[in-house]
Amino acid sequence: MHEMNNLKNRMFQIVLGVLFVLVTVITLVPILRVISMSFSSKGAILSGKVFIYPVEFTLQAYERVLINGSFIRSFLYTIVLTLGSTFICMVMTILAAYPLSKKNLKGGGILMTLFVLTMYFNPGTIPTYLNIKELGLIDTVWALIVPGALSAYNMIIMMTSFASIDQSLFEAAYIDGCTEVKTLIKIAIPLTGSTIAALSLFYAVGRWNGVSDVLYYINSSKLYTVQMVLKQMIESIAISLVEGSTTNLVADNIKSASIVVSMLPMLIAYPFIQRYFTKGIMLGALKG
Amino acid sequence: MKSKETSKKSVKKNYNRQLYAMLVLPVIYLVLFCYKPMLGVVIAFKKFNIFAGMWESQWVGLQHFKEAFASSVFWNALKNTLILNLGDIILGFPIPIILAILLNELNSSYIKKLTQVVLYLPNFLSWVIISGIVIQLCSAGGLINNIFQGLGGSTIDFLGSPFKWRLVYWFAGIWQGAGYSLIIYLAALSGTDPSLGEAAYIDGAARMKRILHVTVPQIRGTITIMLIMQMGKIVSIGFERPYMLGNTLVKDVSEVISTYVYSVGLQSARFDFATAIGLFQSVVGIALILFVNAIAKRLGEEGII
Repeated sequence: MHEMNNLKNRMFQIVLGVLFVLVTVITLVPILRVISMSFSSKGAILSGKVFIYPVEFTLQAYERVLINGSFIRSFLYTIVLTLGSTFICMVMTILAAYPLSKKNLKGGGILMTLFVLTMYFNPGTIPTYLNIKELGLIDTVWALIVPGALSAYNMIIMMTSFASIDQSLFEAAYIDGCTEVKTLIKIAIPLTGSTIAALSLFYAVGRWNGVSDVLYYINSSKLYTVQMVLKQMIESIAISLVEGSTTNLVADNIKSASIVVSMLPMLIAYPFIQRYFTKGIMLGALKG
Repeated sequence: MKSKETSKKSVKKNYNRQLYAMLVLPVIYLVLFCYKPMLGVVIAFKKFNIFAGMWESQWVGLQHFKEAFASSVFWNALKNTLILNLGDIILGFPIPIILAILLNELNSSYIKKLTQVVLYLPNFLSWVIISGIVIQLCSAGGLINNIFQGLGGSTIDFLGSPFKWRLVYWFAGIWQGAGYSLIIYLAALSGTDPSLGEAAYIDGAARMKRILHVTVPQIRGTITIMLIMQMGKIVSIGFERPYMLGNTLVKDVSEVISTYVYSVGLQSARFDFATAIGLFQSVVGIALILFVNAIAKRLGEEGII
């Protein structure tokens, strides 16, 4: 009887293991497919030979993408934008979170309520657009940085992290004559490194992937992020699909190469950032 | 002694001044980018004249709302929003729960880890990238049609026919989002007491019974919270997913409130009318969140507010 159970359990484990390996393979197929298309020849793609490995391996598509100056330019610009925007977001988040993590700060409660309310009430697309227009930010890079500079959600995560620091450390610092600014820089920030890393990644991924604000606020193509350039490329395909013509304006292998290049920063960073993100989700979930 | 006390106080005061100084930028941000634009919703009740500005523009009362409620395009966008969101709940909501419960039964920590890492990956891809990948997969010469043809089937027009496009929309959502929910449920499960399950095992409880009576109750709270959050958001929909996945052939089913607001408001510059639609959506959305929250509390679960 006991052995029967053992055997059954073993079988169950094997079936379950195979099932999950299948699930991961299925999840990876779309990504592997686009990568292999980017390394395949145009002819191989058109004849439907490409599955999840390159056929008639060639770097031709990447050469074309790299020669395309506007794509590379927007790629580099988006990297700088993402880094700068993440830095500004983090400074703003810490500036709000640190004072609000002090329980006896007068007015802190009211300010906190005002931040929390922004998570439930937002002005909507059009009033936000008109506000940005009124402030003269339309078609400037600031329209892609400032409106999202501080997320109440992330600020609360940061605040919780500051508040969880052993208070006696702060008291010791005050006795040593440290000011609040110095305490923040010397004690609070170093002790919350992993939260800061996680939140920076939230902001960075959001900026790298976001396209709606570029669509709403930016007119001149020199301020287009890489996602926006990619969007136009993909849409040229969508149009040809609608018109029922088989001639794509941008060949599939070049489009695939562009997709791979624009997800490259995420793919490279993913193994390293994945654990921070998991931590970030947990922080958020605990709060929720 | 006394002077020492006061100097300590003034030092503390000085420090507090530094704290307030830190708050200056965040407060300016809060006022300029969160609360000031909220005043802008007044144009939902005005005939907005861009030259006169939002304050000088003329009041028209509920005219924009009446126009919206009389317009079939608006109702269609609302209907599509509800259908797409309902599909997300019916198809997308149970999958991460089932995966989490099964993964929790698995002994191999290697496969457990692998599954989490891989399923979470699409969460980092933008909807632009996902739509590029999806279009390639689902088009006439795409991978899925190649497989169907290989099995002897005929070519299926996924992107051009309304119902199939919805399926594509829902499955793209599952592909992108299941990993995130999976991690939340797994965390809820790892926070539970394993000795409960072991006790049931010794009692000779069948696996299915054990899952239903031991595992599921442990994550019931998390499931409820996730569900009420999704139910509360049933009238609101993100912009990028329907906008990027949609195309003109399926506009009848892919036009949702957010894309409608964009096309009416920003592309046709009818700011006042689009604001009214956005306001309607927010008000209904907030009412719904309060409603489902109250139900959750009635059922004895912790709410979200």
